[in-house]
Amino acid sequence: MSAGTPPPAKLTLGPLLFNWPAEARRDFYFRIADEAPFDSVCLGEVVCSKRAPLFERFLPAVTDRLARAGKEVVRSTLALVMSPQEMAEQRAIATDGGGLVEANDLGCAALLHGRPHAIGPFVNVYNEGTLGVLAARGAVRVSLPFELSGETLRTLAAAAGATELEVQVFGRVPLAVSARCYHARLHDLPKSACRFVCDRDADGLTVETLDGAPFLAMNGTQTLSYTLGRLTGELAELSALGIRRFRLSPHRIDMAAVATAYRDLLDGRAEAAEAEARLDRLAPFAPAANGFWHGAEGARRIAAAQNAE
Amino acid sequence: MSEGRLELVCPAGTPAALRSAVDAGADAVYLGLRDETNARNFPGLNFTPDELRGALQYARPRGCRVFVAINTFPAAGRPGPWHRAVDLAAELGVDAVILADIGLLDYAARRHPALRRHLSVQASASNPEAIRFYHDAFGIRRVVLPRVLTLSEIAALNAAVPVETEVFAFGGMCVMAEGRCALSSYATGKSPNTCGVCSPASHVRYEPRGDTLVVRLGEFTIDAFGAGVPAGYPTLCKGRFRAGGRAGHLFEEPTSLNVAGLLPELAAAGVRALKIEGRQRGRAYVARVVAAFRRAVDAAARGEAVEAADLSGLSEGGRATSGAYREAWR
Repeated sequence: MSAGTPPPAKLTLGPLLFNWPAEARRDFYFRIADEAPFDSVCLGEVVCSKRAPLFERFLPAVTDRLARAGKEVVRSTLALVMSPQEMAEQRAIATDGGGLVEANDLGCAALLHGRPHAIGPFVNVYNEGTLGVLAARGAVRVSLPFELSGETLRTLAAAAGATELEVQVFGRVPLAVSARCYHARLHDLPKSACRFVCDRDADGLTVETLDGAPFLAMNGTQTLSYTLGRLTGELAELSALGIRRFRLSPHRIDMAAVATAYRDLLDGRAEAAEAEARLDRLAPFAPAANGFWHGAEGARRIAAAQNAE
Repeated sequence: MSEGRLELVCPAGTPAALRSAVDAGADAVYLGLRDETNARNFPGLNFTPDELRGALQYARPRGCRVFVAINTFPAAGRPGPWHRAVDLAAELGVDAVILADIGLLDYAARRHPALRRHLSVQASASNPEAIRFYHDAFGIRRVVLPRVLTLSEIAALNAAVPVETEVFAFGGMCVMAEGRCALSSYATGKSPNTCGVCSPASHVRYEPRGDTLVVRLGEFTIDAFGAGVPAGYPTLCKGRFRAGGRAGHLFEEPTSLNVAGLLPELAAAGVRALKIEGRQRGRAYVARVVAAFRRAVDAAARGEAVEAADLSGLSEGGRATSGAYREAWR
């Protein structure tokens, strides 16, 4: 390989995890298409299959606008697939012959066997053995699970070969998925008649401990961190490992400005401290955390200075 | 074993519990080695290689099979302990290994093709496409189904997959999809998927505050009890929290799964085996639960009405649920 500058780092907008009104979702993606420096945008419902039809009518227009803006459109699939209908929807996405599909369930990965596809962060890729098997079956891009430490990422990056690795660097961290809907349960509704009450919480509903400390965020069948997972100063180290694709997870904030902050950081136009200050202003609803990167409690924020000890 | 009878797969956290399970009528026992390679990596539990040899010598002549769970996800760059566990299981000729990690399944299938492979619940294979993937790629013969499926989903699934299915019948119940939960990791830094412990005792503290005993996991309060109120082991997802102006068990009550009342339906759905959870439990518990399920399974196989096995005293919080098998649970 010739010496020189590495390929430019790329930014992916992850799939929207929350249940926003369809029009708000459409307008969000239109703005992303027109103004945000993302290289790739993941579309698709990954949390609850009941929500998927709500956005269906806007999907072609959003896909088209993103593609015309030069963004790669990736179709992300459901993380927990149980019913025949969910399987049919997954199969339709996997076999429609369009752009890159990101499988969040092994069943979907099986449908994509032998042709280039992506593996999403809801698939358990903890080690180089698993990474190698998935790559041999056609995975060209793997967005890694959220709880991996920097040390684990180092090992995986060294083993990745031609498979492109991606790490989420911004957004509440998905921690669990269930067949049960906690939003419906909280409102004394059966999941089958949930009235889509999860749409009341655009970034998830804060779950506090009994003594009032914010802890988690409820999002229908999904549970996320209360904190915003955020890596900034760590990006230089990730880049040095050869990880050059970073995922930002959508929140109901100015995601175009968030993407610009990351683009400036990656392109050397901003220092980490400046990027952090901008992100603090853009996402004031929860504090940042980076504990998983350090192999510690995911809820913790560990300063770079401690990192150097 | 008679045709059509549900197979009873029972937990063995120690050699003593293993003998209790075998004596009480287990068709198979499952156990782990004493390290991070299995999902019940608790102090004082599990088997040394010599104890595994002893387990085979005790169980086999009594008609009981031995499965070895190697069902955590190997650490990046350090697959040695997991590979050695699979090698040891193959060398000793255990009846099956229970695996979750794709890389480890690949290793076992290539190195020890004759070693029977079961897919652990930790792999979260919740649909026929996913199960067929593990069958086609790694030759798994049985899948332990996630505790997220309803009876009708299980029946449809059994009609569509080329492998046996095993379902959880009794004991602690994950409310989250297994193998896909980092809640404990978020609070403690110890990943259940890689360390084999959820809500580890090393991170649990009890703090008296006035008349209340507060239960902390890492930095977070996960429950609180009045003086003298019996409290089960504090598991994060079964703790009490506040959201939307309400406080309580937002995720799940501290209940135990008990499917004793559903055995005919499970058999009719094509399920092959029942799994009793509880490798962390003592021998007396194991003996009582296994004996009760032995009677229930045999009665169901004879077409007799199954008495709802009286196991309430053994359930978490004294309460039992049929869990996700009934749609209303969701």
